[in-house]
Amino acid sequence: MTAVLKHELRGYFHSLTAYVFGAFLLAFVGIGALLYNIQAAVSNFEFVLNFSSLVFVVIVPILTMRVLAEERKQRTDQLLYSLPISTTQVVLGKYLALLTVYLIPLCVIAVYPLIFAQFGDVYLLTSYGSILAFFVMGAALIALGVFISSLTDNQGFAAGIGIAVILLNYYSVSLSEYVSSSTFGSVAALCVLILAFGAIVKHLTQNEHLAYAVCLVLAVLTAAACFLDGNGLEGLLPAVMTRLSLFDRFHSFVNGVFDMTSIVYYGSVIVFFLFLSVQSLEKRRYN
Amino acid sequence: MIEIEHLTKRYGEHTAVSDLSFTVESGGIYGFLGPNGAGKSTTMNIMTGCLSATEGRVKIGGYDVFEQPDKAKRLIGYLPEQPPLYMSETPEEYLRFVGEAKGLRGAELAGQIEEVIRQTRLTEVRRRRISALSKGYKQRVGIAQALLGNPAVIILDEPTVGLDPIQIIEIRDLIKELGRSHTVIFSSHILSEVQALCDQIIMIAKGKLVAFDRPENLEKHLLSPNEIILTTDAPADEALVLLNGIDHITDLSVKEESDGFATAHIKTDLSDVYTLSRAVFSAFAAAGKVLLEMTVKKANLEDIFLELTDSDPAEAGEPVKDAENTEESEAAEE
Repeated sequence: MTAVLKHELRGYFHSLTAYVFGAFLLAFVGIGALLYNIQAAVSNFEFVLNFSSLVFVVIVPILTMRVLAEERKQRTDQLLYSLPISTTQVVLGKYLALLTVYLIPLCVIAVYPLIFAQFGDVYLLTSYGSILAFFVMGAALIALGVFISSLTDNQGFAAGIGIAVILLNYYSVSLSEYVSSSTFGSVAALCVLILAFGAIVKHLTQNEHLAYAVCLVLAVLTAAACFLDGNGLEGLLPAVMTRLSLFDRFHSFVNGVFDMTSIVYYGSVIVFFLFLSVQSLEKRRYN
Repeated sequence: MIEIEHLTKRYGEHTAVSDLSFTVESGGIYGFLGPNGAGKSTTMNIMTGCLSATEGRVKIGGYDVFEQPDKAKRLIGYLPEQPPLYMSETPEEYLRFVGEAKGLRGAELAGQIEEVIRQTRLTEVRRRRISALSKGYKQRVGIAQALLGNPAVIILDEPTVGLDPIQIIEIRDLIKELGRSHTVIFSSHILSEVQALCDQIIMIAKGKLVAFDRPENLEKHLLSPNEIILTTDAPADEALVLLNGIDHITDLSVKEESDGFATAHIKTDLSDVYTLSRAVFSAFAAAGKVLLEMTVKKANLEDIFLELTDSDPAEAGEPVKDAENTEESEAAEE
């Protein structure tokens, strides 16, 4: 794992990736600090982070797009498979390298509240709580990016899908106000989700029958839930959209609440997507 | 060293490798021979843990590749068909990564990198970017990678494809050198290459083992020589008359050469071809004509290969060409 970690880090710092990523993040946070802390003279650094979280939509896909897609394209994945290291070690090594690249600009950012504290009262606990949450949220988005990169051998495609997914996640709370909250709306949305899930199952397992079976079982469950407790499904879709939003959970940290459930949630998202990435790589060995 | 038992690999409907079993002893050079799409790459990918098998087992040095991948993979160095190189690195950086991944550290790592760079003659280009290297050098970086960690088995998938004649000779010399201290398995569809280098030949066609023997044994067992080529200073028509007077000639062709000589190709149904040689010699001597040259045409691997791979068209299932396309389209999908 350390071999992969060192190798990846060397790659990031020999190419522009790490620098572009750091520059973007620092520039965005810098602009935020200028607007909120200096021009508007607000002493809350957490507002800056809240403003800057939009930058993840662009920089996370840029950082993660090539991580596994490029291995596949250059056929270097064959080397990784034949080396005496497991797929889990490969994915973890790569992920830790990405976290390191992400952590470096964040260390610079962590100095800002201390600087502002020289000129007024800064709520340092909230600031650093938010910076920590900012790191964990970014880590969750990077895990998502790694998984998307594992699905294709085309970097551009991985970046495009990554931007779309993260943007959708960013706006999912706002969008949830516009979607239907009726039972029918929820059932329709569930059907779409079931079909999408079936498509992913089919892609990952290359097994049509399994995908159809999964879809059928889920559809039957939905129908059963609908007949048994139709009203229970009311408002399900907006609720799910709000729950799935990674950005929405960040607001509680900005508001001064260090929410452990959200940290656990981010942790589970990381584990979930890294697990899927390992499976996605393992699957390639089977067909 | 390597035990392969009932190995089968299916891609959906298409069977790439079917019930393949063989054992490779420790030491020596093994040639893995077969037409394109025969399942060579698939088998090698399975042996090195890059691909899973549908059925069957592969053991390297007693360790199962699927159950104890860590231990088994430490015994193998593998060069896939397309050398897996990180183009933006230098050979040194690349070898450092592979060495570390193989568990080498510190002085041992540095020492081994020096050793493989020397062995594969990469000294001149060790600090150049791999993307700027010629194909021959890239191939050597790929081989250097496989040698790191001093694995007992070295598996090379078509190591000479796409190289120029000088590079091919260099790689062949390297393989010969490696064969003294390692077990080397390399695949090829070039027969002369395999014939020149290998101690043993593993021949597969359509995913099945068709032969596993020493090259000279293969020739001896499968085709006994039955053809003689001779050159005489007699004119063609006289030579034809002489040869027609000899028994047991099944096929005869005589050609007049520009310098007044004649060459003849004769085939016999006799089990001992030298009986025919004696008869020819006596006939020409009796007529006072000189035989300038007489050779028994030896069967070469090419003939054996064609005979073995085409002998069973009924059982073959899909034609080779189709199999190749399927493999390619699958590679593209991946």
